[in-house]
Amino acid sequence: MEIKGKVFVFGNDVNTDEIIPARYLYTHNPQELAKYCMEDARPGFGKRDDIKGGIIVAGENFGCGSSREHAPISIKAAGISCVIAKSFARIFLRNCINIGLPIVEVKDTAIFKEGDIISIDFNKGIIINENTGKRLEFGSYPDFMKEIISHGGWINYAKNLIKGEKE
Amino acid sequence: MGMTLTEKILSDKYGREVKQGEYILLEVDIALANDITAPIAIEEFYKTRLSKVYNPDQIVLVPDHFVPNKDIRSAMQVKMIREFAKEQGIEKFFELGTMGIEHVLLPEQGIVKSGDVVVGADSHTCTYGALGAFSTGVGSTDIAGVYIMGKAWFKVPEVIDVYVEGKFGKYVSGKDFVLKLISTLGVSGANYKAMEFRGPGIKNISMDSRFTISNMAIEAGGKTGIFPVDEITQTYEEERGIIAEQLSADDDAYYIKQIELKLGDLEPQVAIPFLPSNSKDISEIEKRRVRIDQVVIGSCTNGRMEDLRAAASILKGKKIDKNVRCIIIPGSQQVYKEAVKEGLVDIFVDANCAVSTPTCGPCLGGHMGVLADGEVAISTTNRNFVGRMGHTGSKVYLSSPVVAAASGIKGYISSPENL
Ligand code: SF4
Repeated sequence: MEIKGKVFVFGNDVNTDEIIPARYLYTHNPQELAKYCMEDARPGFGKRDDIKGGIIVAGENFGCGSSREHAPISIKAAGISCVIAKSFARIFLRNCINIGLPIVEVKDTAIFKEGDIISIDFNKGIIINENTGKRLEFGSYPDFMKEIISHGGWINYAKNLIKGEKE
Repeated sequence: MGMTLTEKILSDKYGREVKQGEYILLEVDIALANDITAPIAIEEFYKTRLSKVYNPDQIVLVPDHFVPNKDIRSAMQVKMIREFAKEQGIEKFFELGTMGIEHVLLPEQGIVKSGDVVVGADSHTCTYGALGAFSTGVGSTDIAGVYIMGKAWFKVPEVIDVYVEGKFGKYVSGKDFVLKLISTLGVSGANYKAMEFRGPGIKNISMDSRFTISNMAIEAGGKTGIFPVDEITQTYEEERGIIAEQLSADDDAYYIKQIELKLGDLEPQVAIPFLPSNSKDISEIEKRRVRIDQVVIGSCTNGRMEDLRAAASILKGKKIDKNVRCIIIPGSQQVYKEAVKEGLVDIFVDANCAVSTPTCGPCLGGHMGVLADGEVAISTTNRNFVGRMGHTGSKVYLSSPVVAAASGIKGYISSPENL
């Protein structure tokens, strides 16, 4: 899998209240949630036209706080194609794997600037900044997570499993 | 090599010895969801076109965040859950009038017990670690997975050993302990890891304080925070008709990190905006004379009887400052009833506090006490992120019930010592 898109830079400890504030949790409709994606970190972000296909780059502990799956759902529905961070909060990471929002953990995010165009090669584990030509490598997921991803998410994995047990 | 508490609980359920770092697929005892997270799980379940959930007895549904329903859309979400519960024969659906804030309700009703493996689509599911259960927050899709096949996936976590000595001083309780711990570890200091509490000081920590401590394990990124099962746990479980075996980690268990905390050295703590890890001693904060507009006493962190008793001991015969609103929220119907019976509600009403029915309400800026731009609150809840309790221009300070109550009387953040 390869992804190419424009970079949007955020800071450390971006929590799920900032990604999708509680005042919008009266709904679980992805298109509705998409409008308020990152609303309290960058107001109006979810309603911008230029974020489709974009890539969020953040610091440490992205997605900390509440377990709300509305957070990765709003990011995915807003058309963001991948989130790169120095580290992810545990439940957020789990939710991304389960719903199929691609994420990448990298040690250093200094080569990414707001508006840069970057491409990510998931098979080779390489990110290239098209503006500067700089390259960055990243490690692959553990096998168990690869299994879930290859099934297209946790629900499909579960369905397959119960099918297998019945046969 | 001996085993941690986490390894013991998970090995017992898995049927063979599990090791730190291993991924396992495990049948859970309880899968919890609330009015915000259940609708997504239910929708995912319906998409599979299966007609029946794997086991209705595993499933717990507690609408508590926007309940009593704040508006039409939240009413629609609860309606969906109610109908799902009926259709699937889920008995542990808690309607208004029988409910409580999920993490107060489940242990209180004996729904989760020592040694259980619990997942909840709510980050504070780690609360039940207080009972010696392995319980952790997950997402809605994980819960849908349990509806489908009864199981969830786990990575057996590495463990941080929190070694506790001594005894709490006056006006110091579980909240101060956990705020100090989080400031020591940082907001992601325990990411992917479990914390286990150990040492001679454990016996001096009450059950309600243990719930407060385990509740906030997630604020350091922790997967869970587990107490051993000792006489205190056994007494609590016995009151609910549950027989719990004592359980603790082996002496030679492997820990990734060790932290020592002396209960006697602790001062009341206040976490200043905008991270729960920003905690400071009350003596330092008091000097800043931080004016407040609102006090909130309640939540899954501090909405139990010990908390309300502590608040009442400060508020008795006093009045809340005329520039301050004070909202007190018993964590469950049972806590509410006991608070009435013990005369605590009288004390609160006489002190000009508003006493609410159990709800998450203001904790997440949902309803029943949302903050305006520029307003400041001191709250016994667990998060003080930007906009957590309302407007992004508002601020939340976190503390224990005694500090929150004392601050309400004074009008600025202050120690109960100097009333
Ligand atoms: S009281 Fe607050 S932290 Fe606890 S479950 Fe409710 S919203 Fe979450």
